[in-house]
Amino acid sequence: MISTMRARFMTCLASAALLLAACCGVAPQASAAEAPNPVADAKAFRDYFTKKFPKVKLEDFVNGPYSMNEDMHRQWEEKEQFPPYEFALEAGKEMFAKPFKNGKTYADCFANGGIGVRQNYPIFDEKEGKVITLELALNRCRQANGEAPYSYVKDEMASLTAYMAFTSRGKPMDINIPNDGRALEAFEEGKRYFYTRRGQLNFSCATCHVQSPGERIRAEVLAPALGIMNAMPIYRSEWSGMGTTSRRFTSCNSQIRGVPLEPQSDEYRNLEYYLSYVSNGLPISGPGARP
Amino acid sequence: MPSRNDFSAARRVILKGVGAVALIGLGNTALGGLPALAAANDKYPEEAFKQKSDADAIKALFGKPHEASDQVKLDAPEIAENGGVVPISVTTTLADVTSIAFLVSENPNALAASYQIPPGTVPAVANRLKMAKTTNVIVIVEAGGKLYSATKEVKVTVGGCGG
Amino acid sequence: MASTIRVRATSNGDITEVQALIQHPMDTGFVKDAKGEIIPPHFIQRLTFEHDGKPVFIADWGTAVSKDPYVKFSFKGGKKGDELKIGWLDNKGATDATSAKIQ
Repeated sequence: MISTMRARFMTCLASAALLLAACCGVAPQASAAEAPNPVADAKAFRDYFTKKFPKVKLEDFVNGPYSMNEDMHRQWEEKEQFPPYEFALEAGKEMFAKPFKNGKTYADCFANGGIGVRQNYPIFDEKEGKVITLELALNRCRQANGEAPYSYVKDEMASLTAYMAFTSRGKPMDINIPNDGRALEAFEEGKRYFYTRRGQLNFSCATCHVQSPGERIRAEVLAPALGIMNAMPIYRSEWSGMGTTSRRFTSCNSQIRGVPLEPQSDEYRNLEYYLSYVSNGLPISGPGARP
Repeated sequence: MPSRNDFSAARRVILKGVGAVALIGLGNTALGGLPALAAANDKYPEEAFKQKSDADAIKALFGKPHEASDQVKLDAPEIAENGGVVPISVTTTLADVTSIAFLVSENPNALAASYQIPPGTVPAVANRLKMAKTTNVIVIVEAGGKLYSATKEVKVTVGGCGG
Repeated sequence: MASTIRVRATSNGDITEVQALIQHPMDTGFVKDAKGEIIPPHFIQRLTFEHDGKPVFIADWGTAVSKDPYVKFSFKGGKKGDELKIGWLDNKGATDATSAKIQ
């Protein structure tokens, strides 16, 4: 009797082991070590930057190139006394409060009326099986209420996201990856995009923002990838105006002489998901100002 | 450059302003009109703004020589983050300051801004200026009727005039 | 319509610090638009600050002052609750004025 039990037990163990192996073998590399592990990725990402820049406080990474260069930091501090995004921020606040033609408002589309929620975006929507960014959520809110969508790259979208970011200022980035294979896949896709070289210049996002933060590319000082989403949207002196995450992604693609994708294409949504998640814990600083 | 017509329009508004200021003086606070546009001590130095070189601009604005002074502290970055918005400020320990002017030597027109400092106003100004390229920023402080200056070279990689 | 002028004036009892940010293109006349045509100069020429009926600061500006111009200065006097009047005039003859309470 005991031997039968042991036999059954061993069979049980064996099948459990096989099942486990099968689960871990889902990813292309099909080895337990390569299974998506966002927690480990985020830690490794953060450790890389804090080791590379031991004098920079963790929360200062969100200030982009200003955390890398003293002279620039002072210029930025002076401008932050009365920042250039002030007008967009005010406009955003007004826009956010103004009801749609049907009487509803943006507040009806968001948790907590849209106040103090920016740090949760992008959100993985389990019904749709895709990543929803803040910009996407805003336009969907408009369309659901009979309004025309805004351009993703600037103007109203920048003002609205500026306001929402401002209501979350200081709160730590808090992106959730639910225990859903599709969410893990979106994270991995974002990571893949980030590290893939493209364009005539054959740069990946990492080429500039992981390998060379603090160094110059022509006249610009490069920002570290850690915390790079936290200041969005930004007023760039280069643009003489505001720009959203969509604007930054498309212009980055153009700058490395690649073909920019459509704003809010899957690749960009996943990229934003990845970049935001690995910056979890760092404070939202948006809206921001940049060179 | 503002055309003759543009500035005559400005003069017309200034003259209107005279009435507004006079009415304010009579206690008509409901007007809430443009303050002090006509009551200003000096008129807008159009000629000085038209000059190309800093020497000509200073001559047109003040008509006097200036000497470097370590009592004038000019604060400007080493390398401008963007030539379009360069934060530049000045403080001074000189007494009886009546005027402060900022010039950017190699801008198309050197004079950038000129400030009138009435008695009781602290002789310190912070502003944001455009710089076309790497060049000297010069600040002139008029104190006790004499001109004092400070100069600092600011490197510019992305020009502020649209380049 | 909302004013183009944003002001922050704070008094420490002795000195009042004033910061102003103004929404204005400050076009130099050197930049071309997408069609290749010069965008004509459009800039604030004079900006005045008045307290207690007297000017406390007068700015004469050219096109080299940055877009959405900023200026900071301080003056003696001015108490919390006092009114500060600000006005500007640009090269096209347009004006804007506002008043702000010293905090």
